[in-house]
Amino acid sequence: MAVNGSVKKIRMSDLDRFFSALSLTQKVYLPVEKAGQYDYAPWEPGVSYDPEELHTVKSAKGLFFPQSEDLIKYRREGLSLAIGPVAPEDEEFVVFGVRACDVKGFEVLDRVFLTDPVDTYYKARRDHGTVISVMCPKPEETCFCGTFGIEAEAPGGDVQCFITGEDMLMEALTEKGEALLESVSGVGNTNGDGALLPAADETDLKAAEEVKEAHREIMKKLPLAGLTTEGFGKDADLLTLFDRPEWKELSATCLGCGTCTFVCPTCQCYDIREYDTGRDIRRFRVWDSCMYSDFTMMAHGSPRPEQFQRFRQRFMHKLKYYPDNYEGAFSCVGCGRCLKKCPSSLNIAKVMKKLGGADND
Amino acid sequence: MTDTCNVNVQCSGSCVPGMAKDMLLPQLAVVTAIRTDTPDVKTFRVESVSGQPLFDHMPGQCAMLTLPGYGEAMFSITSSPTQGEYKEFSIKRCGQLTDALHQMEVGQQIGIRGPYGKPFPVDTEFKGKNLLFIAGGIGLAPLHSVIEFVRAHRSDYGHVNILYGSRSAADLVDLGHIQSDWMTEKDTDVYLTIDRPQEGWDGHVGFVPSYLKELAFGPDCTAIICGPPIMIKFVLQALIEMGFDKKQVYTTLELKMKCGIGKCGRCNIGSKFVCKDGPVFRCDEIDELPNEY
Repeated sequence: MAVNGSVKKIRMSDLDRFFSALSLTQKVYLPVEKAGQYDYAPWEPGVSYDPEELHTVKSAKGLFFPQSEDLIKYRREGLSLAIGPVAPEDEEFVVFGVRACDVKGFEVLDRVFLTDPVDTYYKARRDHGTVISVMCPKPEETCFCGTFGIEAEAPGGDVQCFITGEDMLMEALTEKGEALLESVSGVGNTNGDGALLPAADETDLKAAEEVKEAHREIMKKLPLAGLTTEGFGKDADLLTLFDRPEWKELSATCLGCGTCTFVCPTCQCYDIREYDTGRDIRRFRVWDSCMYSDFTMMAHGSPRPEQFQRFRQRFMHKLKYYPDNYEGAFSCVGCGRCLKKCPSSLNIAKVMKKLGGADND
Repeated sequence: MTDTCNVNVQCSGSCVPGMAKDMLLPQLAVVTAIRTDTPDVKTFRVESVSGQPLFDHMPGQCAMLTLPGYGEAMFSITSSPTQGEYKEFSIKRCGQLTDALHQMEVGQQIGIRGPYGKPFPVDTEFKGKNLLFIAGGIGLAPLHSVIEFVRAHRSDYGHVNILYGSRSAADLVDLGHIQSDWMTEKDTDVYLTIDRPQEGWDGHVGFVPSYLKELAFGPDCTAIICGPPIMIKFVLQALIEMGFDKKQVYTTLELKMKCGIGKCGRCNIGSKFVCKDGPVFRCDEIDELPNEY
């Protein structure tokens, strides 16, 4: 982190004031506790940021790629039809508290949705959203972002933040991020003895470096620290990997519930369906799951009739097909949500250990 | 795919600026003619409501048809771009949406978006070649477009053989047109077959792959196949036995689709998406894909 005007600091106790100031012009989403678990919700007076909470149950992808969104409204009258597109979202918003893994998750979705032909709805949300990341407090045993070359200590986004005890440093990485911090530059702190976001000084930056270094040391000791992508990716042989006999054994207890796909920050498959409201017919898009039997079902049957084939599709997509299509990039960010949430304790780390390089055992 | 994606999709009704290229948005179209081909196949002619052409397509490409309230699905465009501004779709009744489509009447407005997918290489690899078309049942639909394109540019191609088979004589799609136009076309031979003998049919009886072996075409041509997966499999086997190289053989594949632009994630075979990398594949390319289609 270099000393320049773009690194600011804020007292942790002043964060509410920061959210409140931003909320005057736009919605600010952050991890909010509800019934004992965290998910992204808009800030409102009384809601505070919990710096200790590592992961929301669902990732922040839903802010850019909602679980359900209307695309078109139709009206039918006799033989005639009217087609009315639903305008894409055009309200500015901020998402605060995103971890490094989830920020990289946005990049995985970007490659799909922002490649020609561009997805208008996704792009609108990306254009209007500002991402403020916060470095993880302490990784969990299920974390393995390092496997995919993600640096938890440089979480990225438009602004990245580091907690150094009583303060949080905010570093703008993009013009959008800079403009956002600038927009609250005239706001004073709660004590009334200075600005809400003064510039960080040498001591602050040094403190941040120490926090990062300590975090790096913990990352090295995680149970999955040695997991590698060896045996997968662009250069792996597709048919060899596809035909590995272990897929059946690996997937034997898969329930096909789709939980892994819904909590995943990179799963992007969707369905397009219709709903008759009585007044019009809405065409909407919803998250779908390749783990479901009807995902590929056609009138004359399905190419993946068995669960092991659907299980294989999900992991082949993340570790082989996606890298083939997007210059070697993987479609997993090692957030570990699927490790925590699968009711049958199946997950991508197990697949990589079983089918990947020798070092993974 | 990039070049075909930037088509002039115009939205109807309340148009939102900047959305013209959103490929998930259908344009308004109207069914202008319906032909009943077989007990379960009808051919629908679709034209724009505005009078402007819907979009340009090439043989083998597909389009998404929407009947709101029933859904949307991908269909091969049966007509050739040389036939006019309209698009025709030969559709077999086999599910909820196709049932609803079969109940449409002339004048019904529907949604259409496209074209999608990679066409047959009619302007490159096929040029100057002898062509052998092999179709089974509704599999004639995508080949129909190529055959009409070839007829319109007859001197660009060599000799044409068409082998078409179906369950029964009544199941041969567009038989009248085949007899009046294709059978009388110069340098063109048409071979028809049905699965089982029936009264009034004095033509060949037997499955397409065995008839193909009987006909014993030489491998000095490019083969284009479409039909049920099992027919494609046996036809390909027969062609290999007859001395064909897989690089001379083209087919089209079909999987469930929702977006048509390689993003919804369901029509992949390995790293390829049938909607944008297909539906037309050369058979040696298929060998590199997992057997999951």
